[in-house]
Amino acid sequence: MSPMRFLRSRNLVIGALLTGLFTGAALLSFLWVPYDVTQMDIAHKIKPPSGVHWLGTDHYGRDILSMIMVGARTSIAVAVLAVGIGMGLGVPLGLWAAARRFSLLDEVIMRGNDLVFAFPSLIIAVMITAILGPSATNAIIAIGIFNIPVFARLSRSGALGLWNRDFILAARVAGKGAMRISFEHVLPNILNLLIVQGTIQFSMGILAEAGLSYVGLGAQPPTPSWGRMLADSQTMISFAPHMALFPGLAILLTVLGLNLLGDGLRDLLDPKLRRGRT
Amino acid sequence: MLSKWMKVTVLGALTLAAASGAALAQARDDLKVALQLEPPNMDPTSNAAGAIDQVLYANVFQGLTRFGPDGEILPDLAKSWDISEGGKVYTFHLAEGVKFHDGTDFDASDVKFTLDRARAPDSTNAQKGLFAGIDTVEVVDPLTVKVVLKAPDGAFPFKMAWGDAVIVAPESIKDIATYPVGTGPFKFEDWVQGDHVDLEKNPDYWGTPAKLDHVEFKFISDPTAAFAAMMAGDVDVFYSYPAPENLPQFEADPRFQVIVGSTEGETIMAMNNARPPFDNKLVREAVAHAVNRKEVIDGAMFGYGTPIGTHFAPHNPDYVDLTSLSDYDPEKSKELLKQAGVTLPLKVKMTLPPTAYARRSGEIIAAELRAVGIEPQIENVEWAQWLSSTFKGAHDFDLTIISHTEPMDIGIYANPDYYFGYNNPAFQKVMADLDVETDTAKRSALLKEAQTIIAQDYVNAYLFQLPLQTVAAAGVKGLWKNAPTQATDLTGVYWEN
Repeated sequence: MSPMRFLRSRNLVIGALLTGLFTGAALLSFLWVPYDVTQMDIAHKIKPPSGVHWLGTDHYGRDILSMIMVGARTSIAVAVLAVGIGMGLGVPLGLWAAARRFSLLDEVIMRGNDLVFAFPSLIIAVMITAILGPSATNAIIAIGIFNIPVFARLSRSGALGLWNRDFILAARVAGKGAMRISFEHVLPNILNLLIVQGTIQFSMGILAEAGLSYVGLGAQPPTPSWGRMLADSQTMISFAPHMALFPGLAILLTVLGLNLLGDGLRDLLDPKLRRGRT
Repeated sequence: MLSKWMKVTVLGALTLAAASGAALAQARDDLKVALQLEPPNMDPTSNAAGAIDQVLYANVFQGLTRFGPDGEILPDLAKSWDISEGGKVYTFHLAEGVKFHDGTDFDASDVKFTLDRARAPDSTNAQKGLFAGIDTVEVVDPLTVKVVLKAPDGAFPFKMAWGDAVIVAPESIKDIATYPVGTGPFKFEDWVQGDHVDLEKNPDYWGTPAKLDHVEFKFISDPTAAFAAMMAGDVDVFYSYPAPENLPQFEADPRFQVIVGSTEGETIMAMNNARPPFDNKLVREAVAHAVNRKEVIDGAMFGYGTPIGTHFAPHNPDYVDLTSLSDYDPEKSKELLKQAGVTLPLKVKMTLPPTAYARRSGEIIAAELRAVGIEPQIENVEWAQWLSSTFKGAHDFDLTIISHTEPMDIGIYANPDYYFGYNNPAFQKVMADLDVETDTAKRSALLKEAQTIIAQDYVNAYLFQLPLQTVAAAGVKGLWKNAPTQATDLTGVYWEN
């Protein structure tokens, strides 16, 4: 692809910049944060943004900038691992179903996926964390589980079309097994679909993590998390709007960034769209 | 065309104004009250949870005596009593014409049934100590009960005022856990678990009838939800409002009133004395010195709350200020941990019930403990779970935060099976002496000694006396300012235009 085409895709650039900003902040937080996020300073609680605390302090006197940086780590880690679970289990299931298309196995796999899909995703997540107990690990499992059918369906539908193509036929004639064909020939051809969907699911994962920790089912204190920062600040919004504003902005910009990135990547990678444009 | 529409609009507006004017003229006779904790069941005579009394005491259930708004002991179902044989025999004269809500008569046999049931060996009454001094209960006639004590006890009318000593009837005892039948000004109507309890006015009440027709109790412990419910008018009264940071805002708003009073709630961080590492006094002392009460009160309570150094209410005349025994001194704390020989970081479990004071204080104290090398793992649990696994059952916890809102409840430290597992025969002897002591000066000395023993043993970390912060719609009158016991007495509550 030419650099021009890349730049022409404004979505992609803004998306990549925003995503890069928060990923960078999360990575930086491993090496350096302005203040220790577990260190409370009750004497300096609820201070508005200033030169000392760029984004102000929260109700325990912790530095909000530091908390957002470390919170980005929590959000990103939860989202990455949840998408990982969804892809890791969903893609093989979808490929398997496509390889044995219209068989009983295909039915069982896909109807099983429908079952998970039928529940509103956040409700499942709440249910799972309520059963397993609130923690970041269980939030990952919960969000990961509702990612499985998304990837299973996508891989199956992508793969179904490919199975009738000549190059797959050639591979079958050459004596390759269904599993080998799935991974060697089908998977590379649906990878672009998966990358785009992965980006979208990633942003949904961040939103879901924020939602879960907002209701107290995500990462537990003292691990900072954007959702809990929002929840904690809600009763203080009338006299300390900065406490809600900054974590809110962090969630908004990250999710926006990932969605733009996903859109941009689709424009870039989708062969149908590319053909239409050139 | 336009004028026709205008006519319609004006007419409509007038009708609306008239309708709302009529509604304003008549005061409301229903009340929606929010509390932080939901009762686990409806039987105050066999469960410790104060949340039960918070809904039912004085509203549905009544005792022989009762607590008044400032903690004074008032006659209730017993309109008077005679004391004879130097405080050993109490003869209660019962009110006439009293009926239970199911229509059965209240008489002396119900009193005998209640007291005998509470002190029976298989009784699950949470405050069996209240009844321990009773030798026999005799029915003299339907309106007279004679209670003979094992030893003189000047505090017996006080003991009978507790929510654990309310009078129940044999006819309705079977379903008391879900369908409470009492003698009070309100009847139990409905309980939707996890949501609300409805009470309705008892039309056949024997005393001064209630002014409200219908009361709904809702249960909200989350500060955010509490704020939203109050602002949206979903609740009229929030008793023990969980977010002190909002009080200035409510005070400035003419739609609301804020009432700040005191409670009998000693807020403590309980330590499990029965198992390591907190069976070691040095470790407990280290915890006590690691906690900065000022930070906890400022950070979690926004400055509302009086520091305490022992399990006793500061407004009580016998209170001894022992906060200096456990002053904030992290260096000493580290030193004590070294002496105790525990491996650092010391990993412990901090179990927090859903009340906002517990959750917030817990976060602050956890940070303070980490600074001296104790690593608390915070575990937020629901109220029912806290009651069943921390307070009762296996006492599976290391640290927990709770406010003990019963009045004069230092006696719980004499019970080695109590959830924090403190077993000190010297303390138990002081309590036993106190039970039979009638001389005021000597009682005071014993109470002071008791407070000092538990403070010196660092049984628990004593944090602050819980304030009572009530937020109510401006028109609600007759609410209690203070909480001398766990109660939300709505008998005298009414709406003023």
